[in-house]
Amino acid sequence: MKRVFIAGMVVIVLAVGLWVVIEHSNAKWSGVDESVVEKFAEQANRPARKPLIDIGEGDLPLFCFLVAGAVGGFIAGYHFRELFPPNSRAKADAKSV
Amino acid sequence: MAMSSGKTEVLWPIGGIVLLLPSTALAMHIAEGILPAPWAALWFALAAPFVFWGLRDLRLRSEQVPHFKPLVGLVGAAVFILSCMPIPVPSAGTCSHPCGTGLAAILIGPWLTVVVTSIALVLQALFLAHGGLSTLGADTFSMGVAGAFVGYGAFRLARRLGAGWMLAAFLAGLLSDWATYTVTSFELASALRGDGSLSTLFVAILAAFVPTQLPLGIFEGFLTAGAYRFIYVRRPELLQKLAVGGSS
Repeated sequence: MKRVFIAGMVVIVLAVGLWVVIEHSNAKWSGVDESVVEKFAEQANRPARKPLIDIGEGDLPLFCFLVAGAVGGFIAGYHFRELFPPNSRAKADAKSV
Repeated sequence: MAMSSGKTEVLWPIGGIVLLLPSTALAMHIAEGILPAPWAALWFALAAPFVFWGLRDLRLRSEQVPHFKPLVGLVGAAVFILSCMPIPVPSAGTCSHPCGTGLAAILIGPWLTVVVTSIALVLQALFLAHGGLSTLGADTFSMGVAGAFVGYGAFRLARRLGAGWMLAAFLAGLLSDWATYTVTSFELASALRGDGSLSTLFVAILAAFVPTQLPLGIFEGFLTAGAYRFIYVRRPELLQKLAVGGSS
């Protein structure tokens, strides 16, 4: 319990520190795809094109995430016992290996 | 019961999508249209044998180990999430993401890591504007092939030299991340150099990655070691079942 508390405090301190740095920084925080890959590509006259399937508008991304979450959740639930077996079964598996 | 319908389990990375915010990812993946068609085709051709061999590995190992495919799917979901997760790097003022392929390689092996990486990249290209379909071969090669094999090789070599498994896992994560970005630099330099020098452009791109990826690679090393330790402590039988990490 003590270790969990210490780990939680470390995470909180790091998160607050990061937040302070981000809030008070003038950096754009762009990804390296933008700051490196696309920069060199544009210099070589090969700018990035729009994605073939652009779902950046409206609620379509939300819909896609919901569908993917539902499918992934169903599969995870279907195999839940195999992925996260009860302790007794996990120990039995360990002995049998 | 579940294993009879095993082929669907490779769709597991889809599950990771639910954990992501619907925003543009900030990543190293090469976007649509950046690579000229011959270069894009070349990287497809180079990555394809690894994917096919990985699929063969998946079939063989899932015949030997019960519940293998769901576990591979779970690792695939981890790769998907990690390689979408933008992390701000205060020293550089930019964002980038870990790759997760070092961790995956020491858990399920490098061949299967190529397979799960390619699936994750397809989903990211289709739904997250993260990478592109035409550049899928190049992205698979840099993140899947280079990341997985360098990470796996580092882990095995470190263990052979007597390093503890925690240090070996750290090195796997660190070097797989750096290898990914090194190969990405080479892919970009070779395709974009025109009449210029390959080595000059390669070094310029690599140097541009360094401020972000140097610290992020170290972060990925700790992430890999931490995740490996967690599995080692909580589910040691899993490492034996997956027969890569546990055998070392």
